[in-house]
Amino acid sequence: MSIVASKAAKSAAHVHVPSSIMEGRPYGGLFFYAVFYLSFIYIPVLFLPLFSFNDSIYIAFPLKGFTTKWYGEMAASNGLIEALKNSLKVGTAVCIISTIFGVLAAKAMTRYRFPAKGPITGLIMLPFVVPGIILGIALLILTYSMGMELSLFTIAVSHVLLAVPFSMLVLISRMEGFDKNLEEASLDLGEGPWRTFWQVTFPLTLPGIVASLLLCFSVSFDEFILAFFLSGNEATLPIYIWSQLRFPSKLPSVLALGACIFVFSCVLVTFSEWLRRRGVQVKTASSV
Amino acid sequence: MNQSKAIIAIKDCSKHFGPVRAVDDISFDIDRGEFFSLLGPSGCGKTTLLRMLAGFEQPSMGNIFIDGQPMAGVPPHHRPTNMVFQNYAIFPHLNVRKNIAYGMRTSGLGRGEINAKVDEMLELIKLPGFGGRAAHQLSGGQRQRVALARALIKKPKVLLLDEPLGALDKKLREEMQLELRLLQRSVGITFVFVTHDQEEALTMSDRIAVMSMGKVLQIETPTRLYEMPNCREVAGFIGSMNFFDGRVSSAAGEAATIDAGPIGQVRGVANGRLKVNKGDAITVAIRPEKINLSNEQPNVGHNVVEGKLGPSTYLGDRSYFYVNVVGLAKPIAVASQNADRATGQHRADQKVWLTWREESVVLLDR
Amino acid sequence: MANKAIAASAARAAPRPASGVSAFFLKHEWARGYTLLSPTLGVMIIAMCVPVFMLTAHSFWTQNYLTIDKTFTFANYVQFWEKEIYFKLLVKSIKISAIVTFTTVVLAYPMAYFMAFKVKKNKLVWLILITVPFWTSFLLRVFAWKIILGFNGVINSGLISLGLIQEPLEFLLYNPTAVIITLAHAWAAFVILPIYVSLEKIDRSLLEAATDLGDGPVSRFLRVTLPLSMPGVIAACLFVFIPTVGDYVTPKLVGGTEGIMIGNIIQSQFGKANNWPLGSALSIYMVFGITLCVLGFLLVARLITKGGSLKAS
Ligand SMILES: Nc1ncnc2c1ncn2[C@@H]1O[C@H](COP(=O)(O)OP(=O)(O)OP(=O)(O)O)[C@@H](O)[C@H]1O
Ligand SMILES: [Mg+2]
Repeated sequence: MSIVASKAAKSAAHVHVPSSIMEGRPYGGLFFYAVFYLSFIYIPVLFLPLFSFNDSIYIAFPLKGFTTKWYGEMAASNGLIEALKNSLKVGTAVCIISTIFGVLAAKAMTRYRFPAKGPITGLIMLPFVVPGIILGIALLILTYSMGMELSLFTIAVSHVLLAVPFSMLVLISRMEGFDKNLEEASLDLGEGPWRTFWQVTFPLTLPGIVASLLLCFSVSFDEFILAFFLSGNEATLPIYIWSQLRFPSKLPSVLALGACIFVFSCVLVTFSEWLRRRGVQVKTASSV
Repeated sequence: MNQSKAIIAIKDCSKHFGPVRAVDDISFDIDRGEFFSLLGPSGCGKTTLLRMLAGFEQPSMGNIFIDGQPMAGVPPHHRPTNMVFQNYAIFPHLNVRKNIAYGMRTSGLGRGEINAKVDEMLELIKLPGFGGRAAHQLSGGQRQRVALARALIKKPKVLLLDEPLGALDKKLREEMQLELRLLQRSVGITFVFVTHDQEEALTMSDRIAVMSMGKVLQIETPTRLYEMPNCREVAGFIGSMNFFDGRVSSAAGEAATIDAGPIGQVRGVANGRLKVNKGDAITVAIRPEKINLSNEQPNVGHNVVEGKLGPSTYLGDRSYFYVNVVGLAKPIAVASQNADRATGQHRADQKVWLTWREESVVLLDR
Repeated sequence: MANKAIAASAARAAPRPASGVSAFFLKHEWARGYTLLSPTLGVMIIAMCVPVFMLTAHSFWTQNYLTIDKTFTFANYVQFWEKEIYFKLLVKSIKISAIVTFTTVVLAYPMAYFMAFKVKKNKLVWLILITVPFWTSFLLRVFAWKIILGFNGVINSGLISLGLIQEPLEFLLYNPTAVIITLAHAWAAFVILPIYVSLEKIDRSLLEAATDLGDGPVSRFLRVTLPLSMPGVIAACLFVFIPTVGDYVTPKLVGGTEGIMIGNIIQSQFGKANNWPLGSALSIYMVFGITLCVLGFLLVARLITKGGSLKAS
């Protein structure tokens, strides 16, 4: 584009014509690509709820008719209820514990200077990239070497490992979002570190803490790869689903379960994302 | 209680951040009830020094005493100081009333007493009825007042203020300067005030410490600081100054005559700090407004120089003239008060003579 | 200004200096930082570093039916080279992951570009739309493709009921392509965010400057936008590549015998085959392979960016 053209575009921007050199047409080719891309992400998953309402044991077109009987069947299954309870137990424990660890680490990272901050951050972030199978078998080996039984506890430990990096990132960006002078002001006005935490840090970090709780819960709730290696007699929901995949007759109710989990996770995650991204969009995005 | 004159004693204090010496071996006292300013260019360590007084940073070396008590190992919340932060640090989740009352929980007062005190403070900062406002509903000046009230209600022995007026516009700033000064007088609390604005420091302070690169260059009252700076850096930082290099040709006690090359013989009085001996290389400094500009040749043998009028700047109340002198690289700046209506009687390239009085000459180490 | 509120001589309790330990913490900021960090760091070390260390130790031992022989040996490492299947599988896994990485990044870039530059209002909505699937069950996303690509699955039955084909297409499921498609879908959300962030960070005035200096949209993109977004692209590549090499769920569900990957072999050593030491050694080889590839990739990326900046200057 020539300088003249760009000048023209700039002066066009002055009179608030919505197109300028940067924007192009708002609904140009890229917009259609974006819609296509979103469909690619969402449509495959949407087959789960679609067929969960289909009145046929076979997951195939043409659709046979609407039914909710698979949901009934799902709800009637004892194994599932047990698995659900287990998942809730593990998820609750994991989200609370990970968030506590996350708060401590984020506070240390954002409020103190100390050597080796970079490498330590790297270490805590490691579960983010290390293949799940490595963490799974490594923890499996540790469990056996210590003579422990596989149980919900071992699953929870592995989930804490996965969830802490997320929690820390969410909380770091939240804590960076407000001035550390506020905490200093509280100390300056005579409140000790403990009360300063509860009176200033905690309320100001609260949206981040809630977001972290929800995210960590959903990380644990949906996690399969590590749980597969570390589950004993008690299954979590993903493990239960995996065990049901072998039986074709169970498929429709597995679909119903999957649809429920998907909707539940979406609600949880949307809410937490909304919480933590409010106001600090770019900054927070850099943390995932 | 120790009732010595000094409320704060800083003894050989340094603060290093890795290789950076933010504060470099500083020692001085701040007196009870004083309005004391820390003045210096950006990055010279003012904030660091203030944060050491407040207890947010620990000195790498040296000691700080407040009211006779050593402060080493005393955390911020146990110090008899309070701070007004540069960005005010008003708690965004609390309203004005709760912000001001924040530090009173530890006072042991009852709810009613605290409320009464908060009301008094609101009155004092001229924001009565603002107690219920949220922090984000306040203007910059109002936030500044709330920050002030929040700290003052604690009755600190020392109030620390880190460029509290930096974020305000010029007019509000000048108003607040006056108000702060009056407030300090009436409450009698020692103020330690950080600023990088020399005019602000001059108008407000009892004494000023000029800092540069972690060191304190001079501590003086505003008048003496302006009239008798002790080094080139201070002289250049406070107001503007003409500098000339010279050599002492004769010295008798305090008075000296300096051979300053292009500007001829300069007579001046050393102000006691500097020992002048014959043959010493020194710097002669003269403020622009102390130089008299005339069209006729005066009949004196010293403290006079001939030059050609260069560019001039008209500032309304005064004008700046720049006079080129043969042999000087930089023109001499002359400020003259426009007492009469400026007529533009001075033309560029006109021949002029500059004169000044002996007492106006500042002699500095080279 | 009269004020009773502030009496001149403030009476306060004399400050009490902190005693030994707390004075130490007060004096040393790093001590406070490390103390706060220690629980988190402790958990990470106990639950990650120690296990990985034990995994390494295991790889030098041998399985003796139900017990483990703890004499130090390279037997497992040697075994890797004796049966060529292991090496082949590792290479194949890396190849599949590389293709997946390339595909996802190429597909995601325009999307990230769109969000960074074209979306003006409702950015938050787009961000959430992109992020949500990423948090939802990996297993379910993979499983969805099984029912889409299956012999009696969505595509086949759909096409048949539309009358386009008579017999189900058999090549859809149980092959490496199915694995690639599934993984590319499952990891899609993961690559957009890093790229988006790096694009969002680009100073808009740089683009205006490029235009002002005579660059058209295409050359401006190639000379300014793309190079500046490279850190995000590289991060995205690593985010996808490293975890996918070891995936065993996707191959198991949609890969069939053809689509099997190194992760499946490792997993079976800890399951049916029950040879933990061999499994450990295999996983060490896998980590080693991944590390080599990542280093190679970073080297190439650095050379290209350097070369690019030289050309541009
Ligand atoms: N926490 C820190 N870590 C490392 N260096 C620091 C830290 N705080 C200050 N410094 C350095 O110490 C020096 C003095 O900083 P300080 O904030 O005290 O300056 P200042 O005089 O307040 O400047 P300004 O007028 O800009 O506020 C600077 O060089 C700064 O970079
Ligand atoms: Mg400062």
